[in-house]
Amino acid sequence: MIEVQDLTKSYGSVKAVDDISFTVNKGEILGFLGPNGAGKTTTMRILTGYMPATSGTARVAGFDVSRDSMEVRRRIGYLPENPPLYPDMTVETYLDFVARIKQIAPERRKGRIDDALGKTNLEERRSELIKRLSRGYKQRVGLAQALVHDPDVIILDEPTVGLDPKQIIEVRNLIKGLAGNHTIILSTHILPEVSMTCDRVVIINKGKVAAVDTPENLTSQLKGGQKIRIEAEAPEKPLRDALAEIPGASRVVVESQRTGSRLVVTVEAAQGKDLRSEIAAKIVQNGWPLFELRGVSLSLEEIFLELTTDDSAHAQPAS
Amino acid sequence: MQSLYAIYRKEMGHYFVSPIAYIFIGLFLILSAFFFNVILTAVIKESFQMEMQSMQMGGAPGFDAPAEVMRAFFGLLSTLVLFFTPILTMSVYAEERKRGTMELLMTSPISELDIVLGKFLASLSLFAIMLLPTASYLIFMVVHSDPMMPWRMVVAGYAGVLLLGGSLLALGSFVSSLTENQLIAAAITFAASLFIWVIDILGRDSDSVVGAVLHYLSVIRHYEDFTRGVIDTSSLIYYASFIVLFIFLTVRSVDSMRWRRA
Repeated sequence: MIEVQDLTKSYGSVKAVDDISFTVNKGEILGFLGPNGAGKTTTMRILTGYMPATSGTARVAGFDVSRDSMEVRRRIGYLPENPPLYPDMTVETYLDFVARIKQIAPERRKGRIDDALGKTNLEERRSELIKRLSRGYKQRVGLAQALVHDPDVIILDEPTVGLDPKQIIEVRNLIKGLAGNHTIILSTHILPEVSMTCDRVVIINKGKVAAVDTPENLTSQLKGGQKIRIEAEAPEKPLRDALAEIPGASRVVVESQRTGSRLVVTVEAAQGKDLRSEIAAKIVQNGWPLFELRGVSLSLEEIFLELTTDDSAHAQPAS
Repeated sequence: MQSLYAIYRKEMGHYFVSPIAYIFIGLFLILSAFFFNVILTAVIKESFQMEMQSMQMGGAPGFDAPAEVMRAFFGLLSTLVLFFTPILTMSVYAEERKRGTMELLMTSPISELDIVLGKFLASLSLFAIMLLPTASYLIFMVVHSDPMMPWRMVVAGYAGVLLLGGSLLALGSFVSSLTENQLIAAAITFAASLFIWVIDILGRDSDSVVGAVLHYLSVIRHYEDFTRGVIDTSSLIYYASFIVLFIFLTVRSVDSMRWRRA
């Protein structure tokens, strides 16, 4: 549905987007993940036809975004980071205006507006002025605007930013409900959002694609060895030595010391090895009380940091 | 055409849902009515004096009071236009850019020309609606004036105000498309309007081609023909080109927003 090939956007000598390529299949939800200023918004603006790329191509539903811009715009619903609302309009007149400029035939307009209002749960607010709505409702109006012409592709720039937890869940569920019929790209810098809503993730940093995969694969692929977290009451040095003796245990790190002599320690295990029973046996053998023992998989946060932090900067806290 | 109408409708809605249109029309009517009254009083006084003089000296009264009122009235309207149009156009694009709604318009399947024309026609409509009630002042003239009210001057005068207003609105829209700041848009539009108003002063003392060109370029010289009841083709062409030029520039400016970093 969407093919992006060697896309580059430069502002003078600064490359906001640097040679990006990825594809999105029909009905898929693609997460666009990266720190602020990574080039997410720029890429989305190129896809929506808002700004031209410096080089490279992007195609939506087979149409080139620069050559057949009008065809592309007809097929895209776009919610920019700040919902593009007219505060003096009511929700309904606003959606009517959007339906008109999206070239919806007059006889279909009413139905489309009702549909968008229904999907975003805005029926009861339809005749309220937009400026009187709360932040969460404004965001919904923004979403309704992106849906009103029933586009093939929906592009959402940070759709959950500034919402409260309940509203975030609502918006996520709404987005999930749209998948299948629509192809969706959403950008975010909130990691759980990606694992909760997206089929695939493009991690982007400093204008370059750092990784493209499913959230699950990204987690397992970068997991490397598993980490085991132990909380036990033991003197530090003997515990360290005892754990280091276990074959397959690599790095033993004392994370913190609780009250008294209770320690929290993590052990990194070689790939594919489960050392939990050995560790438990070792500790019990020495007669130390064991309070907790569990495997920790690297969170998306850690993967994200690993991928988006410079090697030089990364080496420091690790050593 | 459907998109142009959608933009036009949206703009008109914006004017009339918010207090903008009402405050605008109200202020314009108060000022124009006040000045009309001043003009009328002055002209009546003058015509009495002229009559006295002609009675003392003998000979026919050579003073056409209704024509005098009309000329002064349309002269006054042009001055009000100079002050009102910059405020009318200052928010046309500046506000859309600030709110981020320009992004909605520019990612919708409509052309820049639809956007620009829709907005221009809406501001021109509001301007025409603002002028409309001033026609009621002329009822006095119709009822009481002697000799007859010069209809030619009324028609030419209103045509002139609309063309002058349209030109300054086109100029103001262009300026508004260049900045996000409404105050800057209004100030620059006012300064630019004033400059094009008095540009003929630069060439006043010269008989050369430059002087003639500067004289032709002045937005108010052409208007003066209209206030005398003359509709001159060269003036029509002047205003039409002025409007077309600035609409073209606005389209280019709106299009260039895609290249600007914002």
